[in-house]
Amino acid sequence: MSQKTKIIEKEEVVIRFSGDSGDGMQLTGTQFSDTSALFGNDVATFPDYPAEIRAPQGTVGGVSGFQLHFGHQEINTPGDFADVLVAMNPAALKANLKWVKPSGTIIVNEDSFTDKNLEKAGYDSDPLLDDKLADYNLIKAKVTSLTRECLKDSTLDQKSILRCKNMFTLGMVYWMFDRPFEHTEAFIDKKFKKYPEVVDANKKVLRAGYNFARTIEALAYNFSVAPAKIRKGTYRNITGNKATAWGLMAAAERANLELFCGSYPITPATEILQELAARKDLGVKTFQAEDEIAGICTAIGASFAGDFAVTTTSGPGLALKTEAAGLAVMTELPLVIVNVQRGGPSTGLPTKTEQSDLLQAIHGRSGECPMPVIAASTPSDCFHYAFEAGRIALEHMTPVILLTDGFIANGAEPWRIPKMSDLPEIVAPIAQEGDEYLPYAREEKRLSRKWAIPGTKGLEHRIGGLEKMDRDGTVSYVPENHQVMSDIRKKRVELVANNIPELEVKGNEEADVLVVGWGGTYGHLITAVRELQKENKSISLAHFNYIFPLPKNTADVFSRYKKIIVCELNDGQFAEYLRSSFQNIKFEQHNKLMGLPFTVLELKERFNQLLEEK
Amino acid sequence: MADTLLNTSNIKKLSAKDFRSDQENRWCPGCGDHGILNSVQKAMAEMDYKKEDYAVISGIGCSSRFPYYMNTYGFHTIHGRAAAIASGVKCANPNLEVIQVSGDGDALAIGGNHFIHAVRRNIDMTILLFNNEIYGLTKGQYSPTSKQGMVTKTSPFGTIEEPFKPAQLALGAQSKFYARSIDTSIKLTSELVKAASAHKGTSIVEILQNCVIYNDGTHSMVTDKATKGDYQLILEHGKPMIFGIEKNKGLVLGANGKLIVVTIGENGITEADILVHDAHTENPHMHWLLSSMMAPEYPVALGVIRDVDSTSYDEKMVQQIKAVRAESSFKCMDDLLNSGDTWVVD
Repeated sequence: MSQKTKIIEKEEVVIRFSGDSGDGMQLTGTQFSDTSALFGNDVATFPDYPAEIRAPQGTVGGVSGFQLHFGHQEINTPGDFADVLVAMNPAALKANLKWVKPSGTIIVNEDSFTDKNLEKAGYDSDPLLDDKLADYNLIKAKVTSLTRECLKDSTLDQKSILRCKNMFTLGMVYWMFDRPFEHTEAFIDKKFKKYPEVVDANKKVLRAGYNFARTIEALAYNFSVAPAKIRKGTYRNITGNKATAWGLMAAAERANLELFCGSYPITPATEILQELAARKDLGVKTFQAEDEIAGICTAIGASFAGDFAVTTTSGPGLALKTEAAGLAVMTELPLVIVNVQRGGPSTGLPTKTEQSDLLQAIHGRSGECPMPVIAASTPSDCFHYAFEAGRIALEHMTPVILLTDGFIANGAEPWRIPKMSDLPEIVAPIAQEGDEYLPYAREEKRLSRKWAIPGTKGLEHRIGGLEKMDRDGTVSYVPENHQVMSDIRKKRVELVANNIPELEVKGNEEADVLVVGWGGTYGHLITAVRELQKENKSISLAHFNYIFPLPKNTADVFSRYKKIIVCELNDGQFAEYLRSSFQNIKFEQHNKLMGLPFTVLELKERFNQLLEEK
Repeated sequence: MADTLLNTSNIKKLSAKDFRSDQENRWCPGCGDHGILNSVQKAMAEMDYKKEDYAVISGIGCSSRFPYYMNTYGFHTIHGRAAAIASGVKCANPNLEVIQVSGDGDALAIGGNHFIHAVRRNIDMTILLFNNEIYGLTKGQYSPTSKQGMVTKTSPFGTIEEPFKPAQLALGAQSKFYARSIDTSIKLTSELVKAASAHKGTSIVEILQNCVIYNDGTHSMVTDKATKGDYQLILEHGKPMIFGIEKNKGLVLGANGKLIVVTIGENGITEADILVHDAHTENPHMHWLLSSMMAPEYPVALGVIRDVDSTSYDEKMVQQIKAVRAESSFKCMDDLLNSGDTWVVD
């Protein structure tokens, strides 16, 4: 028996796996986070990968990273800086060294530090040989040759053998953090069930990495992170995109309608379409359209015909869908448009996160064309807000835009699984046979028209993009009628405010500083605010999920704070929107356009500065 | 009457009048669209669908006003997108009888992509393609089917573009049903609409339509009383391709693979030499040749040019969902939510 080294209890740990985009780092990171979640830790993850499937090998631009943060208390971000960096080549080290905590641990694949790779990464000299890494706990492992040695009796070809080397590093970190193998072994069994040789090889290398770390005592101690104290219930890990797909399906089930998704693949939204396409067993109809426009148009057609219809996209796709979105507003048909935001403009940064489609979502259509906009803020609450988008669309007979972003869409976290019976029933105003029907007659509370579904006897009617006469729905160019209809369209969206929760503040109801955020920045903002609150700083957070219309108590909340700072990953779009809504309030801004989430560190610095300013 | 009572779907036999809406018709007097509207209403009354099961979907353009004049479910959408919206309607409810109305600009220019993909997918709907070779609603610009050299407001010196032949585009997209009519022939158009509706899959009925204001007489050789006998070939499956005022002209296939117009009784040609129309053959070669014929070198082919059996997208979609459902252990969302790796926190 080998001596178990000293075990240190840690509150939380951040690990960053990095390598070439073909090195299997996303898989390695996912395995570690799933294993940790099953172990009972709270986990947040952040995959950070290049747009190219196989970017130029060995270059900094081709580095694929996966960061995960786990702990035994509530974890809201994937962490700013890593306790452990795994770097499979010099480029990965070069790209990620700045994200390692001082005196953090760095595991490198020593075999990959060849002259050629060093040159490709832009190193003048070998960083493993000079003293640049002296402040870190550097672990040099000959991962390639050890993997090869371990599989010397295998009948697999060299390429397949080398593919197993990510398992070696996974094994090493499993030892360092005392993780069990079972989950990953089961995963390997399932993934490669047709190739028993590959199963054996991966398992063997996983254990070899584990044993290697133990033998060399990779750390003078190994860490243990106790399970988190979290609310009772059944949990699973879920990514934002999967949660979005499931939330849409849940809304369809609670509305007792069939779900139709018309979409065109686009990074980083594609997984929603893929997840829905896999769910034919629950009756989901997916239509991979010829383009973004056909995506939304097929959905509008399906909505006209009585399905709960959705379309999913990212920023450039939303731009293409704009005209059809206007048709959905004009015809007052229920529809959910999901926009997983990415860095823009144009093709921009397809795999990086940003919040710069906000004003496009609120205003980006021809004519006076209001539609509700809501935003999800964490990977798992994408479920809730996708459900909410469906509820609002169906109950108010309107298209709704749901904003998520690349960061929460690809990120994963444990999620307490809801019971479907705990979700509200969604009742769409469907007209029944025998009803007196006028296409644009309205109920009073929400001013929504009734949905007369083709196939229903006696309710034949025509709708379209031309302005319609109030109530009877015939084409109308009457000037006064256009004013009436425009006013109604505006009022209809305002009335949604009666059907959404009020804004909640995290922290004191009065304070020196109110941090305002929306959407996917929640994790970083709440972490920064809580840390400052622990230091007795007078600071609170108001985080928005309902963007348009705003919650009814928004002005009241704003009035109770001395300073308000709006933080967003764009150039100040939400701040601009708030200024136009609340003209007497001063809004400070904190903005970033780097394709990356905020760091808790930068936020705290900014907030401290604001707290200190007179 | 007893025979109408036998039809359980229509207790009262519908007439063309039942499909007329109360909307004032805004098409120009003399527009070919009036005739097409009558033909379609006549066809609908003669088909077995219930009135509430028709969904008429259009894009933008003169012809796309069509749904407003129909007393059915109708959707006047946006420019070019009718095929996509109609596809969504059909997938949402495959029991509906979906009819798309588009012009040559709507279907072949701004909506060209949706048109070819609807045809390729073979969604069970009927596309009525009104081809007047001009943009009428925007007051006279050339369209993708305008003849090369045509002078319009946007081609004051004549167009320099090669026009589409809609049938070639459709066949390139693997169309299974293609028919052609003319606006003035109520009988032929309504017969073709019925045949198109009966066909499972995307059926296209191209209707040569006259724009009395901006492109008057563009199809006149085919439609004028004096010439139409010589320039109309009304195809019927299994019948020889004979035409002409004196019914003495026919088509044969030349050695170079081109169709040749011959006269029966001249140069030893008899009726037995004339090609016999096979609308059901999967090979599109002859359908391509027939649908490409233009006056005055050839007669223009009317009637059902191609009608090949196939399974529609929506039918396959329904079958696939049924098959996957039968195999899966997931019956509701709760099953899915609790599937895979989960853990309990006490």
